[in-house]
Amino acid sequence: MTRIKVTVDGVAYDDDVEPRLLLVHYLRERLGKVGTVVGCDTSNCGACTVLMDGKSVKSCTVLGVQADGGEITTIEGLSTDGRLHPVQQAFHEAHALQCGFCTPGMIMATVDLLSENANPSVEEIKDGIEGNLCRCTGYQNIIKAVQAVSSGGTQ
Amino acid sequence: MTVTEERPTSEVGKARLRKEDARLITGQTNWTDNIVVPGMLHLAVLRSPMAHAKITNVNIDEAKGRPGVIAVFTGKDFAEEQGTIPCAWPVTPDMVNPGHPSIAVDEVKHVGEAVAIVVARDKYAAQDALEHIDVDYESLPVVLEMEAAVSDGADKVHSHIDGNQSFSFVFDAGEAGTGEPTQEAFDNAEVVVSRRFVQQRLIPAFMEPRSTVVQPIGDGFTMWTSTQVPHILRLMLALTLGVPEHKLRVIAPDVGGGFGGKLQVTPEEVICMMVSRRLRKPVKYTESRSESLMSAHHGRDQIQYIDIAAKRDGTVTGLKVRLLADMGAYLRLVSPGVPVLGAFMFPAIYKFPAYRFQCDGVFTNKTPTDAYRGAGRPEATFAIERIMDELAVELAMDPMELRRKNWIKHEEFPFTTVAGLTYDSGNYEAATDKAQQMMDWDGLKAEQKQRRESKDPVQLGLGISTFTEMCGLAPSRVLGSLSYGAGGWEQASVRMLPTGMVEVVTGTSPHGQGHVTAWSQIVADQLGVPFENIGVVHGDTASSHKGLDSYGSRSLVVGGIAVVKAAEKVVQKAKRIAAHLLEASEDDLDFKDGSFSVRGTPDSKMSIQEIALATFAAHNLPDGMEPTLDSDATFDPENFSFPHGTHLCATEVDTETGRVTIRKYVCVDDVGEVVNPLIVEGQIHGGLAQGIAQALFEEAIYDDDGNLTTGSFVDYLVPSASDLPHFDTDRTVSPATSNPLGVKGVGEAGTIASTPAVVNSVIDALRYLGVDDILMPMTPERVWRAVKDGSSGGERAAEGSLAYSATADTEESAL
Repeated sequence: MTRIKVTVDGVAYDDDVEPRLLLVHYLRERLGKVGTVVGCDTSNCGACTVLMDGKSVKSCTVLGVQADGGEITTIEGLSTDGRLHPVQQAFHEAHALQCGFCTPGMIMATVDLLSENANPSVEEIKDGIEGNLCRCTGYQNIIKAVQAVSSGGTQ
Repeated sequence: MTVTEERPTSEVGKARLRKEDARLITGQTNWTDNIVVPGMLHLAVLRSPMAHAKITNVNIDEAKGRPGVIAVFTGKDFAEEQGTIPCAWPVTPDMVNPGHPSIAVDEVKHVGEAVAIVVARDKYAAQDALEHIDVDYESLPVVLEMEAAVSDGADKVHSHIDGNQSFSFVFDAGEAGTGEPTQEAFDNAEVVVSRRFVQQRLIPAFMEPRSTVVQPIGDGFTMWTSTQVPHILRLMLALTLGVPEHKLRVIAPDVGGGFGGKLQVTPEEVICMMVSRRLRKPVKYTESRSESLMSAHHGRDQIQYIDIAAKRDGTVTGLKVRLLADMGAYLRLVSPGVPVLGAFMFPAIYKFPAYRFQCDGVFTNKTPTDAYRGAGRPEATFAIERIMDELAVELAMDPMELRRKNWIKHEEFPFTTVAGLTYDSGNYEAATDKAQQMMDWDGLKAEQKQRRESKDPVQLGLGISTFTEMCGLAPSRVLGSLSYGAGGWEQASVRMLPTGMVEVVTGTSPHGQGHVTAWSQIVADQLGVPFENIGVVHGDTASSHKGLDSYGSRSLVVGGIAVVKAAEKVVQKAKRIAAHLLEASEDDLDFKDGSFSVRGTPDSKMSIQEIALATFAAHNLPDGMEPTLDSDATFDPENFSFPHGTHLCATEVDTETGRVTIRKYVCVDDVGEVVNPLIVEGQIHGGLAQGIAQALFEEAIYDDDGNLTTGSFVDYLVPSASDLPHFDTDRTVSPATSNPLGVKGVGEAGTIASTPAVVNSVIDALRYLGVDDILMPMTPERVWRAVKDGSSGGERAAEGSLAYSATADTEESAL
């Protein structure tokens, strides 16, 4: 067991973890952060995407011990004071989700994309979310949502 | 008298944002894998690495001694009680069903089949213990290719049955009395075109891996499971395992996509029930993605021989189809029914006078196939739309002209086809005209000509798919005539709560479709109650006790109509109470915008929500009336739903690299009236993505030993945002005449229509090089080979692919 200190959605945790424990399993099973989900076992689908120190990571490819000292934001910590984050709002308004399983990861990837490039082109949006698979939407409304919330968008 | 009636804004037709989204965008979800029950044990499944082998010994001793391991089971432990995975669709009376154990006992028949189960206190201990189970296998011959499997002397998948054929289903329009004798049509044909097409094997690949939790409660059980069909599952588990039906509650909590892939009674669900019953402990099993890809059922996988007969002027005179449909190693819930559904769709929108269909179901040592979005209809649409193009080439006709010449004209509806279906409404001309205009069809044609003449290395192709489909399963008596094991009705209840809120209970089981939103819109209109005041309950056999669930684009056209019927009954009951309280005759009451008013006395009115409270109090009701407005309805439609549309695809094909890029995709769909245009468009988008993916990206590939080589998302190419084009969508509206809302199914349309549009466009780009077919998925390698050889792209698409090589270049006739 290894001791880690990590802040998740604003709460500090201090835990002993097995060195092999993946961050996503730490979040889900130890902290009850089940808003973040597991969709594959090869880091292809991105459903488990969270922010680690402000950058998006696939939490199935990060070990819990690697998050030691870090600050994690999950989908559950994205809205503030009961108000949706603009990306969450945009996904709702653009009908950018159907079953919603990929949505937490897709939203977190979008938050990171927009923090790096506030006004991405359609091609840049596609590149930015290429690591996140969605089986329901065909991506068109996701792209629309990202555009709506980008600085060139209407919001 | 001038009536200036103010039309209330109708909820139906409004692009309402979804109620479902609030929890999904904030992570407040309840996926099965999130569920934790006190004392819950975790299952891990040891799966067969062999495609066909005898199990000679399983040693579990070491695994049993591992820390935290509660129990280890093999097939022998459940041999007596596991029964067989049910097959509810015996398509012929003599169909051979070899039985499908949930856990293999003596023999494994495909890679990924369950062989042993570890039960441990956590999933890590369970997974670790799998490595300590030793299984001895004695390998048996592996049967993989259908054409070889049905040839004389072929090795067998099941030693206890004759050959590898499960059934041979025939529909002959001449014999059925719905058409002329087919052979005669072909004997007298001026032109016959024959083709062999391949529908590659696909994997539904829903995003949420399947997960099941079973909790024993008293002498009963509660099961949470990632399913499309909680009601069917409860019934089938009761029949299979002998759990009394009323002692079993099945809950489909949040379900992350299905696409037919969760229309199943899975071995894992049966195993969880058996283990929980044996140990009297709650258990959970959640599959990994690789387990999902190799053991959850696959879709498609047909070899299609299709012959079309026509006159020189382009009038079609006959159609013959023979299918080999790969069932995989076993029959699952509706495996045989999938290709048989296609039987009625090959004639599509065309007026064929003669038609014969035969489908042989074949066993191979592969994962069983079953429903995948479209289920039988994409396969049929592909074959007919591909061969219409081939016929056009043979006749030197424009492919759209050939279609126009043969399709059912809008004034000919209702139209009974050669397959015996009565299409209620449609307008193929209108959808096509609109699509061609949106596409700038003529402009692209001119560009194609110019690129051809300038010998541009990047050629432009234009592809057409003018499709229809049958969905909204469906009329129970028709399903009965097709030997389906259940009916096709759907159930709904509308409950008026004392505070004026409305609770709708539906037997459909949404997993992304937005029923909560759409049903709220329907009920808002029916009862005149605000959209926000309506809630929808679904997916739990305890609260929604009756239903046939969600698949086959049936939810709105069957389940949504049941909601309408239940709401109508509520209004009827409320009217009686309103008349009583307003001291008027029922005949003098008008119901509008949620209120009953006495005609001629506009101030004398009462809202249905006020009546709900008065009914709850029950202080003053008409004599003999039960104090409730709540009503149930069970709706059984008289016909299927027949959406249609025209899909056009322009692709740029790089003749030097084989790369295919979709330049423009236009579709005009006619799904009748629309409850929520936002949701409808979303369904079309997602459907297109899956249909395009079949054309360009996806294939479940087995190597010579029967190993699935596309067993992860590294190899099974679910498209990403970068892989798909922009979709230009629009609609025409030909209301369905079979239901009061005029709606048609939309869930599968995009998938059914799009695949041939893409393939036709690529062939169109390369036709001048002698290319008349390219196997799907049309990878750059296959396209490049086709360009190089002027052929169908060769047998081998990828390392390890069998790609139906046996007779890939042979031209065979359908019958």
